[in-house]
Amino acid sequence: MKGMIRSAIALGLVAIAGTSLLTGVDFLTADRITAQERRVILEQLGQIIPGQYDNQLLDDRITFRDEPHFPNGQEVIAYRARLQGEPRALVLKFNAVNGYNGNITLLAGINSDGSLRGVRIISHKETPGLGDAIEIEKSDWALDFSGKSLSNPEPDQWAVKRDGGEFDQFTGATITPRAVVDAVRLALEYFQANREYLFDTTAESAESTSP
Amino acid sequence: MTYRQIFVAGLWQQNTGLVVLLGLCPLLAVSGTVVNAIGLGLATTLTLVFSNLAVSLARRVLRPEIRIPAYVLIIASVVTVIQLLMQAWFHDLYRVLGIFIPLIVTNCAIIGRAEAFASRNAPLPSVIDGLATGLGFCLALVALGALREVIGRGTLLSQAGLMFGELGESLQLTLIPDYSGFLLAMLPPGAFIGLGLLIAGRNWLDARLSGQRERDATTSEPTLDIKTAA
Repeated sequence: MKGMIRSAIALGLVAIAGTSLLTGVDFLTADRITAQERRVILEQLGQIIPGQYDNQLLDDRITFRDEPHFPNGQEVIAYRARLQGEPRALVLKFNAVNGYNGNITLLAGINSDGSLRGVRIISHKETPGLGDAIEIEKSDWALDFSGKSLSNPEPDQWAVKRDGGEFDQFTGATITPRAVVDAVRLALEYFQANREYLFDTTAESAESTSP
Repeated sequence: MTYRQIFVAGLWQQNTGLVVLLGLCPLLAVSGTVVNAIGLGLATTLTLVFSNLAVSLARRVLRPEIRIPAYVLIIASVVTVIQLLMQAWFHDLYRVLGIFIPLIVTNCAIIGRAEAFASRNAPLPSVIDGLATGLGFCLALVALGALREVIGRGTLLSQAGLMFGELGESLQLTLIPDYSGFLLAMLPPGAFIGLGLLIAGRNWLDARLSGQRERDATTSEPTLDIKTAA
């Protein structure tokens, strides 16, 4: 009995020591980690909408969910870019769910007139050497989206070439680009139907999260 | 055991990755490039040093029946501290290594050293043991990473900027220009094949070295003539 109590106290002490250490380190690093995360997102957003706005992108954002356009109950983040209060563009961060291996997280920059400013893939687990050509570091494929909109090309052309559409696929990898093209088209359709809400300064986020 | 023996054991004789074969999951998964390998290797080494130190300091308080949960608590705390520090100061590298940093907790090499060494030895030898074991693991990771990166991409130290900042960008070596890449080396099977080759290479080298030592030891005394042996 006495041994049991001593063991419990010893284990408790280890837990307290570990917790205090973590609390201390968390206190020391929290600000820096938040700053680093903001820097990473700003760099990613900057690739799509360089300059051309004067508001704080990271603070002017809403999060929402929409089932048919953004499947699997995912949370979508919209970063809004304005110049002197006028909506210029926004960047949607969402997942393409039909990839070869798990979610493909992408950013799509959409001008206020509904045309695409650019698309970047920020994380994925597609096959290296095949599906990973969607990365801008690996190939120029993602640049094909710039300037496209729901009327250019025509809706039935919003597909990879194998499916009779306009977008290139890769040798040995059709599923990955197909998933991205479909997801971007759905995002554009959502934008067209919900433009007012997306730029609304008073719109409430479905729930707030860290960037 | 002398410090020298502890060191040689961790680095070579009992190398975690190539002899004991513990912690293979991160070894196989993160060895795609040299930079990833160094990053995970150093993080694992730090974990081993501090968890061994903590376990050794607490070894008289930790009775046998609570030692395992206590080790897990200690290791998890150390890993989380390292994770937070990496997120703050090596954020880009952290983003590349991702889930494998928290998963260091489950690397059985670490709890193995806590149980087999740190719980029975004084703090200083335990720290040396952690350092040697970690560096041995790091060495295996870097060797496998270099093998896979050269064969798979024709480069060495690509993305070194993730770890060394601006300076690191210039460290990248392109060994084979205009290389189209060899996909197998980058995929999981390449990791297994590469590890197999490394283990075979280590065994071959070890056999040669010990053969050499035996021959050195026997030349001083009158030995069986080779001709008669043949």
